[in-house]
Amino acid sequence: MSQSHASLFGDARTQALKRFNLGDRAFHLITKGSALAVLALLGGVIISLIHGSAPAIGEFGFGFLTSQAWNPVTEKFGAAPAIYGTLLTSFIALLIAAPIGFGIAVFLTEICPYPLRRPIGIAIELLAGIPSIIYGIWGMFILAPVLQATLQPWLIAGFADIPILNELFAGPPYGIGIFTASIILSIMILPLIASISRDVFATVPTVLKEAAFGVGCTRWEVVRRIVMPFTGAGLVGGVMLALGRALGETMAVTFVIGNAHKIHPSILGPGTTISATIANEFTEADGALYTSSLIALGLVLFVITFIVLAASRLMLARLKRQEGR
Amino acid sequence: MSLATVRKARSAIAMGACIASAVIGIAALAIILGALLWNGFSSLSLDVFTKMTPPPGASGGLLNAIVGSLIMTVLGVAIGAPLGLLAGTYMAEYGRYSKLTTVVRFINDILLSAPSIVIGLFVYEITVLQMGHFSAYAGALALALLVVPVVVRTTEDMLNLVPGGLREAAIAMGLPRSLIIRHIAYKAARAGLITGLLLAVARVSGETAPLLFTALNNQFFSSNLNAPMASLPVVIFQFAMSPYKDWQSLAWAGALLITAAVLTLSIGARILGAQKTFK
Repeated sequence: MSQSHASLFGDARTQALKRFNLGDRAFHLITKGSALAVLALLGGVIISLIHGSAPAIGEFGFGFLTSQAWNPVTEKFGAAPAIYGTLLTSFIALLIAAPIGFGIAVFLTEICPYPLRRPIGIAIELLAGIPSIIYGIWGMFILAPVLQATLQPWLIAGFADIPILNELFAGPPYGIGIFTASIILSIMILPLIASISRDVFATVPTVLKEAAFGVGCTRWEVVRRIVMPFTGAGLVGGVMLALGRALGETMAVTFVIGNAHKIHPSILGPGTTISATIANEFTEADGALYTSSLIALGLVLFVITFIVLAASRLMLARLKRQEGR
Repeated sequence: MSLATVRKARSAIAMGACIASAVIGIAALAIILGALLWNGFSSLSLDVFTKMTPPPGASGGLLNAIVGSLIMTVLGVAIGAPLGLLAGTYMAEYGRYSKLTTVVRFINDILLSAPSIVIGLFVYEITVLQMGHFSAYAGALALALLVVPVVVRTTEDMLNLVPGGLREAAIAMGLPRSLIIRHIAYKAARAGLITGLLLAVARVSGETAPLLFTALNNQFFSSNLNAPMASLPVVIFQFAMSPYKDWQSLAWAGALLITAAVLTLSIGARILGAQKTFK
């Protein structure tokens, strides 16, 4: 009697263990499959972009990257103006946003009174989350008219007699264009640069700074000679992360770029970027070659941002390792 | 002038520049929010929530766009969040020190900041082109793909914070691994996981670019997931770019709604995240 009871009990136990085992293995497989799915997602994006852009690449070859043509009627397409606009707007945006972003980070880590640090830091992080379309609509309705009436005529007049620069700031003041798009982008990536730099600055050991103050360094010397060299890789990584954002940014730029497929010598003139071209024209594109050219633009954008973002992640990862040591 | 004076002056100037840049940054962002509140509130009315998007030149509301945004966001999160949760679980629990995790983390970080318009192109290729028409499904899928990296990231981070002692105690009691993860680790990291979910919702609710050529737009109310569907961001884009005053003011109202939603979600996530301390 007791024997059969024991074996019965044993059976139930083995079965329960088996069930657990099975569930265990299934869960392990499902989670691993999901992790692999993330990899597959990236692979899928690349493959589908290459597949979609194949007709355009076949038609134009590498000339696609350097051609300035963009004519849906004759079906001649080239990416040069869009690539130029993408790189130029992002570059100007970084030029404006990086120093200000570093300044905010220094302010938050070195100067700001302690009770204010958290609220200002939180405010900046929240602003980093505001959707880009908000920046776009603000840029078009508020910023562009203001720039058109004030800063742009002033730049045009101010640089009129200086060679080279007068080409760069040639009129007329359109309001919208490369320059306005760059300013919007710089405001957009400012919170990102500021918050990453602040986090990076915070990794500097306090003893290092105290030692520098101890030998009589001024506050600026501590920032310049101790904090910045210590965090160099992280700062560059943060800036490149922001660059990656700026390169791929769509809505904030589309509103104010002017959508002109031409390389203007003046940065005040209208232009276009890769993402703005796709956003503006994709649904209206008729003809396989037109659509395919737009997808090829997307592929170019993806390759550029992938390189920039990968470099930025490697640099930030290096800083993390250094911190752990 | 002595060297000390010069150095002090230089430091004072540099610190002044830092303060100035903080003022510039905060002022710029305050101006944007101010303009948004001013224009948004002056365009906001009950009609915005009760009427459909109007034809050019007429007055109306944003009801179909609001509903469309809600439907696609919910659907996108419902598809993307479980996938992200499971992938993050693998990275933190099963393969914490494996090569695969390192690679997935790297790729995921890149997907996190990859241009959303490229994701839109991808979804266009695999759904719209295959089905032959734009649909809310495609829009939701595009949003789902944007949700995944956010959730993967927060899930991994949060599960890594769960103390190993908790797991070891459960192992000592003979619990199988999967039950430990689901009943101990998830529970301990719950606040953090919900934070990640809220952040993901905040991220996608303002997304415009990937919806432009997946869900397209729809001037009328539609709950058919297999047809084009309006969404707030796309409607804002279309209306703001138009020359009609009524449309433009509706765009401002929509912009205010989206920003309010996104900020509420981020603040909610932050409050939850602040409680996630493990002892």
